[in-house]
Amino acid sequence: MTAASRSDLGEFGDLPVAEVRSAALERAEQLGCRHAEVRIEHIRSQFVALRDGKVETTVDDTEIGVGLRVVRNGSIGFAATVEVHPHAAAALAEEAVRLADETAATLGTPVELADEPPHGHDYWASPYEVDPAGVEQADKVALLEEWSSRLLAAGSVDHVTARVLAVVEDKIYADLSGTVTEQRRVRIHPVVEAIAVDESTGTFESMRTLAPPVGRGWEYTAGDGWDWDAELEAMPELLAEKMASPSVEAGTYDLVIDPSNLWLTIHESVGHATELDRALGYEAAYAGTSFATFDQLGTLRYGSPVMQVTGDRVTPHGLASVKYDDEGVVAQLFDIVRDGVLVGYQLDRRMAADNGFTRSNGCAFADSPLHVPIQRMANVSLQPAPGHGPTTEELCSGVERGIYIMGDKSWSIDMQRYNFQFTGQRFYRISGGRLAGQLKDVAYQAQTTEFWGSLEAVGGTSTYVLGGAFNCGKGQPGQVAPVSHGCPSALFRGIRVLNTRAEAGS
Amino acid sequence: MSATAGRRLEAPQAVVERALAASRSDGCAVIVEEISQAEVRFANNTTTTNGVRRDRRVVVVSFRSLPDGGEGAGGVGAGPTAVGVASASGIVDVEKLVGASEAEAGRAPPADDAAPLIEGDAASAAGADFDRGPETTSPAVLAGVVGGLGGAFDRARAGGNLLAGFATHGVSTTYVGTSTGVRRRHVQPAGTMELVARSGDGTRSAWAGRGTATFEDIDIAAFEARVIERLGWAKRTVELPPGRYEVLLPPDATADLMVPMSEAMSGRDAEEGRSAFAAPGGRTKVGESLASLPFDLRGDPKEPGLECAPFLATGASGTDVSVFDNGLPVGPTHWIAGGRLERLRYHRAGAARSGVEPAPPVDNLVLELPRATTTLDDMVARTERALLLTCLWYIREVDPVTLLLTGLTRDGVYLVENGEVVGAVNNFRFNESPLEVLARATEASRSERGLSREWGEWQPRTAMPALRVAEFNMSSVSPAT
Repeated sequence: MTAASRSDLGEFGDLPVAEVRSAALERAEQLGCRHAEVRIEHIRSQFVALRDGKVETTVDDTEIGVGLRVVRNGSIGFAATVEVHPHAAAALAEEAVRLADETAATLGTPVELADEPPHGHDYWASPYEVDPAGVEQADKVALLEEWSSRLLAAGSVDHVTARVLAVVEDKIYADLSGTVTEQRRVRIHPVVEAIAVDESTGTFESMRTLAPPVGRGWEYTAGDGWDWDAELEAMPELLAEKMASPSVEAGTYDLVIDPSNLWLTIHESVGHATELDRALGYEAAYAGTSFATFDQLGTLRYGSPVMQVTGDRVTPHGLASVKYDDEGVVAQLFDIVRDGVLVGYQLDRRMAADNGFTRSNGCAFADSPLHVPIQRMANVSLQPAPGHGPTTEELCSGVERGIYIMGDKSWSIDMQRYNFQFTGQRFYRISGGRLAGQLKDVAYQAQTTEFWGSLEAVGGTSTYVLGGAFNCGKGQPGQVAPVSHGCPSALFRGIRVLNTRAEAGS
Repeated sequence: MSATAGRRLEAPQAVVERALAASRSDGCAVIVEEISQAEVRFANNTTTTNGVRRDRRVVVVSFRSLPDGGEGAGGVGAGPTAVGVASASGIVDVEKLVGASEAEAGRAPPADDAAPLIEGDAASAAGADFDRGPETTSPAVLAGVVGGLGGAFDRARAGGNLLAGFATHGVSTTYVGTSTGVRRRHVQPAGTMELVARSGDGTRSAWAGRGTATFEDIDIAAFEARVIERLGWAKRTVELPPGRYEVLLPPDATADLMVPMSEAMSGRDAEEGRSAFAAPGGRTKVGESLASLPFDLRGDPKEPGLECAPFLATGASGTDVSVFDNGLPVGPTHWIAGGRLERLRYHRAGAARSGVEPAPPVDNLVLELPRATTTLDDMVARTERALLLTCLWYIREVDPVTLLLTGLTRDGVYLVENGEVVGAVNNFRFNESPLEVLARATEASRSERGLSREWGEWQPRTAMPALRVAEFNMSSVSPAT
């Protein structure tokens, strides 16, 4: 083994990654493929969960594998194996070509990929200080024990679950154009949830930390990017107040939605709706299609004129941020909704070529070396008001009868992204422009364009938070993708609020 | 030079034995899962992605007995025990993986789910099965589907329709070995076929899906005929407002609701008062009646057509599942019997604490009304007015206290009047608890294989009845089609 054959990403160790990538691409080229791309990945996932301060689950997993996608005569074939070996890689090319040929007869439209210039051999790592994989599981357990004990010491808390998931994703990509990229992404999501039980009535309530998952290292748990001490200290009293709070009266309310809740509404009602593969019907059997059909690009009134939404894969600490996507396309920033009108879609190279775009905007991703890259979500973010903009308190001050909603919990939206329903972690009654105590059993339900049309004001940059999730699902076989969504607090007028206990018939 | 450089994959049994031989801890369990998978995906009357993959997962669990301050060690799990778990895919450096799990066990606190390791028994000693190699699948299993698609696409184009769907087949072969003599092997074939037809203008859609172990029972022409028939039903449309409706849930939709209910059947959660199966006063609902009809909800590794692993293999402990229980026999289990809640899930340590029998999860799910003979068609014929659903989608828990779920109807809601389908209805968002669905079910068909649209990727092995449910809560209209 020569030094030159080793990856710059040390995790691959002595695996013959250079030989594997050459073997796969050379064989694909020999077999007449116009396009071929190979990914060799090493994904370290560590998970620790504690229940009432005791370890319930630990996972320390390393996924390694190689996947090859080819386009031959307009047909796509994909083959993958965990056997990272040059002979196995060459065999992948043969398997992928065989699959492409076998399905050529059922091909309605030959596959084209939008051009992307070659980028040579490049390396990138997401910003992080402390590699979470270098922190022993026992130290992760110790931190969660300490956090749990703080909450269990409070009289209002009966049970605590605490967990942390950390992922270090190393990916080598190479294609026939000559691009070779080596990228590392680090992400982490600590979560603490407190539960209060009323044994006499058989009911219970929970309250979860609002700290978002982020593209950072273990330093996040020490306060770099989030004030854990403040959040944990406040939770017992907030839970006690929620437990004792009145059940919401169903009806129509003005809503001030905190970024800790609004990110998920953006994800579901804007992020997924503006994926071009969905809009064109390629997810019709699974994730669904979109009301935001391609013929409405440039004309669809998505929301009120204060609605400005971008997609990007470049935001620091963003979960979808990279330097190159899984088709070798450079990460970009692009408009999706401008002044309330639909002006852009998220693309991969195939969707771009099929629909008259000269270039993909870099939204291809595969969650595993064993899965084919598909169009996945960029960091889709709602922009804050220009200048200083209003604070959350200032947004609330304009509401006579409303609810301020914090934190995400339950979520669901239909297969064309019209009808959605969300709950949350905390709900405050707004009366005469001021917060007037917590409510419980709140869900809000709306149609996407009516909801965004009712957006009266967005908060300023001081209210802006980058939220997100590790587990966005799409595709068959199912793939999960991490994605961030930034947004300010925002004021929506006249939204339908349900009482979830009444919905259950109790 | 590392231990893996230049190596190919070795036999899974050899990985198990090498890991056990390398173990220096007080106990060890090793799981090797070999996965072979093939799929074809299509949409807009064209195939889109087609793939094959080979995966291998290796899990090593190391157990370390801790001093218990008195009574003397009685083996792993008999006293305080620490546990460490490490897993990897592909060409695994086995000794390194064992070392990683031992290092973790070396610093771990006493495990809350400690129990003596399962001893190898006659089933293990038989051995012959364990020595057999992993089974595989190939794209050839899907040849019938792929062969049928070309014609189906042509007919869809001619009829102004669009077909989309997914066919996948996988075989996973699991090997479990422990330092206490367990050697078990299980081969799990699993496949699903789904077909969606949409009218060219996107206003009508229909779905058909089925789980299968072999694809020998999948007739693509029958799938096509079913969805095209249903597109025809939708040529007459009826707009209905939100409200409570009598519904007919086909087996697929029943599975959409029963799978999340069975996942919520945690004994510990119920005892702690934090689940819909908790009763006031720190009790659980075990023994209480959940339904007016005498339903059975059960799992059985030998259920014909739905066969699943007869032993536990897990690389991660959870609330009701424990790595200490690797190799534990899994047998027929009634969760609900005669309409009464019979048992909840427990690992052995939890069961011992609670004074109940251990109840590991079973990897299939059957809801049935014993001696039911009626069919969904019979139920439609006896209906004065109801909504016939196809499947449910985007199902999420809204309130764990009541197990309230929300979600959407998808790809076909039909109005039945006086025994006949009279047209298609708009979609709805529902808010309902599966517990309420069981309680308010007034009629059930004989059970048959049904595929949950929402959960079928994780649990394709379900047999369910069609249900007639009164006052199903359709909370709002969804314009989606």
